Amino acid sequence: MLDPLPWLILLPLFWATLAFVRGPGRGGRLAVAGLLLQLALAGGLARQVAGEGERVYAVGGWGAPLGIDLAVDGLSAVMLLLAQAVALPLAVYARAYYAAHEEGARYFWPLAGALLAAMNALFLAADVFNLYVTLELLGLAAVGLVAASGGAGPVTAALRYLMATLLGSGAYLLGVALLYGAYGSVSLSILAPLLGADAPLAVFLAAALMLLGLMLKTALFPFHFWLPPAHGGAPAPVSALLSALVVKASFYLILRLWLDLFAPLATVAAAQLLGLLGAAAILWGSLMALAQTRLKMLVAYSTVAQIGYLFLLFPLATDTGSVASASAIQGGVMQALSHGLAKAAMFAAAGTVILSLGRDDIARLGGVSSRLPLTLFTFALAGVTLMGLPPSGGFTAKWLLMSSAMHSGQWGWVVVMILGGLLAAAYVFKVLRQAFLPVEAGTQFKPVPRLLEWPAFLLALASLLLGLRAGEVLGLLGAG
Amino acid sequence: MGEGLGVRDGRGVVSVTVNETLPLLVLASSLIPGLVIFSLPEERHGLRRAFNLTGAVLKLLFIAIMLWGVLHGESYVFRYSVLPGLELVFKADALALLFVTLSAVLWFFTTLYAIGYLEGSPHRSRFFGFFSLCVTATVGVAMAGNLFTFFVFYELLTLSTYPLVVHRGTPAALRAGGVYLAYTLTGGAVLLAGVVWLYGLLGQVEFTQGGVASTLGPEYAGQLRMIFFLLIAGLGVKAALVPLHGWLPQAMVAPAPVSALLHAVAVVKAGAFGIVRVVYEVYGVEFAQSLSLLVPLAVVASLTIVWGSLRALFQDDLKRRLAYSTISQVSYIALGVALFGPVGTLGGIVHLVHQGIMKITLFFCAGNYAETLGIHKVSDMDGVGWRMPWTTAAFTIGALGMIGVPPLAGFISKWYLGLGALEAGMPWVLAVLAVSTLLNAAYFLPILHRAWFRPQTAPWPAENIPMKNGRETAWLLLLPPLVTAAATLLVGLFAASPLSPLDWAKLVAAREYLNWAP
Repeated sequence: MLDPLPWLILLPLFWATLAFVRGPGRGGRLAVAGLLLQLALAGGLARQVAGEGERVYAVGGWGAPLGIDLAVDGLSAVMLLLAQAVALPLAVYARAYYAAHEEGARYFWPLAGALLAAMNALFLAADVFNLYVTLELLGLAAVGLVAASGGAGPVTAALRYLMATLLGSGAYLLGVALLYGAYGSVSLSILAPLLGADAPLAVFLAAALMLLGLMLKTALFPFHFWLPPAHGGAPAPVSALLSALVVKASFYLILRLWLDLFAPLATVAAAQLLGLLGAAAILWGSLMALAQTRLKMLVAYSTVAQIGYLFLLFPLATDTGSVASASAIQGGVMQALSHGLAKAAMFAAAGTVILSLGRDDIARLGGVSSRLPLTLFTFALAGVTLMGLPPSGGFTAKWLLMSSAMHSGQWGWVVVMILGGLLAAAYVFKVLRQAFLPVEAGTQFKPVPRLLEWPAFLLALASLLLGLRAGEVLGLLGAG
Repeated sequence: MGEGLGVRDGRGVVSVTVNETLPLLVLASSLIPGLVIFSLPEERHGLRRAFNLTGAVLKLLFIAIMLWGVLHGESYVFRYSVLPGLELVFKADALALLFVTLSAVLWFFTTLYAIGYLEGSPHRSRFFGFFSLCVTATVGVAMAGNLFTFFVFYELLTLSTYPLVVHRGTPAALRAGGVYLAYTLTGGAVLLAGVVWLYGLLGQVEFTQGGVASTLGPEYAGQLRMIFFLLIAGLGVKAALVPLHGWLPQAMVAPAPVSALLHAVAVVKAGAFGIVRVVYEVYGVEFAQSLSLLVPLAVVASLTIVWGSLRALFQDDLKRRLAYSTISQVSYIALGVALFGPVGTLGGIVHLVHQGIMKITLFFCAGNYAETLGIHKVSDMDGVGWRMPWTTAAFTIGALGMIGVPPLAGFISKWYLGLGALEAGMPWVLAVLAVSTLLNAAYFLPILHRAWFRPQTAPWPAENIPMKNGRETAWLLLLPPLVTAAATLLVGLFAASPLSPLDWAKLVAAREYLNWAP
């Protein structure tokens, strides 16, 4: 049996390279095979972590502080599982998508492989410098994917994205340098015991810079400006990968740093500020989504809103007692997982509609309900998660966050979540209602292959069923 | 039967018993046909019909087994842990069975009716798929064993009815769908706030006879009142309590079988049933009385009763008139719940069933008029009794029942509500009942007069189904209202016999008050 820790990083690099050499047709097949294996590995790893707790792998037999460590605990196992579970159906989808839509197919597979390798490495990295390296690689691969589709719009969006991501990782790197200057180490496990509330100013500055850089990369309001054009303009499989996974990676890093390394520095005021930005993201993102006239832009702004929920966990988990804080963290992670699955499904469904209809205009979706029922159903199921209605994973996430808020008496966040859910319903049904209209005269629906519709449906179904299996996921999260 | 047939795992622990599976089977008997129907091609009418009817019959069968079992002291509970400390619970207690039986029986007849009604119209796979999901959600609401489970299915009900409301895809239907969602989703969000709050205080909110909220100390009275307000406001949207009723008359654009289901079993009933559960099994009626929550509820219900009836008077559109009548009649249930004392409880709970049977009859008939002759307006109904005597006879029974003419179902409800009002020391409720009865008569009797005693003055607006061999309309359209009209008569006539809805409601009421024997 392969050891999942190194192989989760090596496998995607392997199929990315092969895909580059052999071209998109075979490359796609290889990617699907590789992803199948990766999913199995991530599943095995999750079982292992659930049973035996966290573990560390020294690359090449050299451990920290000299060598590089890979580490896995409940949180990273859950995120790894999410990444492979989203990427596999998307790969199947992308094969069908690029069969109908040649542009950008050539670079998709190598870049997607690099993206996944970087992401898996990020989830496994055990020191702040390697986290930087993986973060940078992830960002560059993502920018490449946006740019690869060609055309003036995507390239402009990609450039804007590039600026944002470089600025973000630059700020992060500066923070890492300050930390190294203060303590002479970049390893999380070595740094953690050294940091205390009495840390020098440089360390506070480092924390602030790292956090700021990551917020920019996660597109937290008001740093979200780069996200809608990048996610809305890219080809559907790329949008799905970016919205579902890439922003979650930098969020994962914020969470990890907040809970482990910078926990002694975390103040209630900072947490409240993050929560307020999250709340603003929820309301602003939803309102902007509601105002969109293009389908993919609506979905992209919905991502801006949904990211906001993730940040509500900080005020709920900081200095609120163990019960409220545990359920807040669980709720935040649950939101990351269910949004990942649902948003991948939603972008994929939107892509199918656009391929079939040849346009992206919400006002002119008439007939989709009768011609593409499965795809519309997919969109609706994913919408259920975004609205936070039962029995979806999004509902479980909201339930946990709300319970936590009630527990610590922070009513305001409950109101924000309720408003956010209603606004989400408004923008999801804005799409669904148009789809119920009769077919517009002169509209041709191009037939779409099943392999375009089913992977998206499975993703949406997974986001829905996640709510019913939340106990197991949270059990894994608590392990290690 | 309690165990034995169950699957045992290695350690000899019974993991699934028949008693646990039955509630699930009741859910599955509409969920699975629904999902299969979605995937059926549009033109497979026979297969779709087979799935629909098999599901409906199986559901009745499973419920019959549970009814028999509950009478013989069996209990049917299924639990599934979603999160640590948060469970989905399905429980077939006496109250659940009352509602679940009503839904399943009326679903069966509505399915028959819908098959006839939608003959030849497009998108039938989608329609029947969501139709089945809607019933699944309703039986989930009925069998929910705790507030969390109730909420889950309450929201599923909202989602599964939306496609039915907008089924026709016309701008009017889409507008109505939007209004429907705006009301119900907001109501759901308010309900959620109350539910989460209550779970925060209590940890678990299992539906329990006599209530669970009274375990909290007196210092929580203020919070509990706030929560009660949130819960009732959230439920009141679906139960169409004034001023939260605005969606219901709009939703009339839906096809007739949908309206029938919405008004008689699914949506408004889910709201009313939720109010019953919250008052009796979350707060406990005695505790709710001690928090002085019941009188305000009675006042709101009374206002709704009178307001709905008043508005019904001025509607010329038949289905709109019926919709306002629903607003008024469903609040009888809330009123009965708010009358402190077992007799009032009895009146409210039995009306849950009676209103369903009567209202579904009226909507079936309204659908028949529209489908057969294109009649949508009361003013077009002159002389229709002689063209469609059977339909009009059924309509007459339903309307008289609503007015409360003995010995029909509605009379039984009103009788016990009146007695209950006296018992609760609220004689003003009698005035509400009297005014409402007068208004019921004022908006129903003119219809009957037009149908039977006025000659036909103009040709029918659109005669789609001609008279054939003395049959006034398609038999699938005619059979369901005749059956439910007969039921309206029978449940009234035989109210005193065992296993009548009244008898079953007595069983429920007896369990909610500790010191009362019917």
